[in-house]
Amino acid sequence: MRQLFILIQKEFTQIFRNPFLPKLFIIFPVMIMLVMPWVTTMDVRNVGVAIIDEDGSTLSRRISSDVRAAEYFTVNDEATTLDKAHSLLEDCEVDIILQIPKNFERNITSVEPEKLDISANAVNATKGSLGSQYLVQTIGSTLSKYMSEQGVQQASDLIAVQNRYNPTLNYRHLMIPALMIMLLILICGFMSAINIVTEKENGTIEQINVTPVGKFTFVLAKLIPFWIIGLFVVTVAMFVALVVYGLTPLGSLWNIYLATILFILGFSGFGVAVANLSDNIQQTMFVMFFFVIIFMYLSGLLTPISSMPEWAQKFTVILPPRYYIEIMRSVYLKGTTFLEIWHNFAALGVFVIIFNLLATITYKKQV
Amino acid sequence: MNDYIISVRELTKCFGDFTSVNRISFDVQRGEIFGFLGANGAGKTTAMRMLCGLSYPTSGSGTVAGWDVMREGEQIKRHIGYMSQKFSLYNDLTVWENIRLFAGIYGLSKAETERRATEVLERLNFSSERNTLVGSLPLGWKQKLSFAIATIHRPEVVFLDEPTGGVDPITRRQFWEMIYEAADGGTTIFVTTHYMDEAEYCTRVSIMVDGEVRALDTPARLKKQYATESMDEVFRILARGAKRGE
Repeated sequence: MRQLFILIQKEFTQIFRNPFLPKLFIIFPVMIMLVMPWVTTMDVRNVGVAIIDEDGSTLSRRISSDVRAAEYFTVNDEATTLDKAHSLLEDCEVDIILQIPKNFERNITSVEPEKLDISANAVNATKGSLGSQYLVQTIGSTLSKYMSEQGVQQASDLIAVQNRYNPTLNYRHLMIPALMIMLLILICGFMSAINIVTEKENGTIEQINVTPVGKFTFVLAKLIPFWIIGLFVVTVAMFVALVVYGLTPLGSLWNIYLATILFILGFSGFGVAVANLSDNIQQTMFVMFFFVIIFMYLSGLLTPISSMPEWAQKFTVILPPRYYIEIMRSVYLKGTTFLEIWHNFAALGVFVIIFNLLATITYKKQV
Repeated sequence: MNDYIISVRELTKCFGDFTSVNRISFDVQRGEIFGFLGANGAGKTTAMRMLCGLSYPTSGSGTVAGWDVMREGEQIKRHIGYMSQKFSLYNDLTVWENIRLFAGIYGLSKAETERRATEVLERLNFSSERNTLVGSLPLGWKQKLSFAIATIHRPEVVFLDEPTGGVDPITRRQFWEMIYEAADGGTTIFVTTHYMDEAEYCTRVSIMVDGEVRALDTPARLKKQYATESMDEVFRILARGAKRGE
């Protein structure tokens, strides 16, 4: 016990004597929480629209002004003719051309109304498709208002869409809980891995290996400081989320901390295992990056798992961050209780055991 | 049997096709200063790592402090001290923190640690450097500190791998005084070196060439056997036949 205590004391002394590391524990969570939620947004904004109004009617002008007023669009006024609009589209100056044909207003209530023409540049598929969808919605609402003024009931009025759990459809709120995982991966995974492999490079690990200190004691002494630091970092991140975005977890804080503890336990164990199997820092970093990229893209951090191909969905079962992200999002945004998602906690628990066993087995005092 | 602190028979270590240590056998008596000489690449460090429980022998057998090198590495580690070729204390910890760390690892109590640390620092004239970062000490001081820490738990035997490499002659002299002091206290010293004047200080020396022990005796008898004036000559005669280059 005294051995463990002395080794942990040594780790903390080293970490806090480093002129750089302790600052990171504050800077990382603050920066990631301040910047990432804004830049990782999938919302489409600033869609350039060219409006070719061949109708020149009250209705067509009303559509134009509604599009202008919508927050997603920037109307490009250079485009006066269809040809000009097409060349702007080619140069990526505008993303969508909206063409209102002649006699649009006059024929709208007739059996065969004129059709609005929307052509989008779909090179950026998200922007193209989401942009034209927004445009359709905007025009649709203008038209349905116009129709009801004319006394015609529209089918679209009968559908009401309600976004639950994230009522403002705010992409940031979806990202914030998940971003905490990036912090933990960086700080707990990378730092514990680098820490061990540095001891290898300096030869200090050999001096430890020649003492009777137990393998498990040594690994535990490496991990415990990063658990504590990880919890601290998550707390800072939650504080920033509260202050900057006004986002508080709907569910219990205990669930968040429990999930965080499990995740850190598992992932730092993983980092130690990678370090044990590497000879130098380059190798460690390379291997860690490989896994981190897989974790980032496949664990549902950026894109929903349910829209991945089936084989990829099956693969995500073996990725620990997947469970952590699920817990964080549902506890944060839905207020889910432990009993409803206990299986996610259990899965994290399994990874804790696997990775830490791996960390202890791969650490060899005698070769 | 119990007079031998280290006893090795046919100890061999291979790395793939390469036989680094080839069937070496020798005994080291309790309390002696055993010089373990050999050219670079002769297999000294590998042999030493096997004796310290850092490396498994490929074949052969041996005991250190009564424990088996093949199966009881962790037991061996309780009874030995080790100072590696490469300086391996924590540069970002102070002198005192390093002492406390290793004393704690060997299970010394707080009071005992404090007592021995003070004693060691006084003996080394280090008391004023207690809170200096180890990284900022000159090499000679570092080596003396390494030795002090390797023997802080009063091991039965201490292994020193080229402890005086790159150290100035005065410090080297002081270092050997420390070695003698420890030997007088009953600790067996197992030391590798490239300085033949140091070999003369040893009770007995062995000379390794190409992974094999070619000679083992007191310096005086070795000189007689090879009819030379100095250990330097003895070493040259033996090492001349080496096939492994530097």
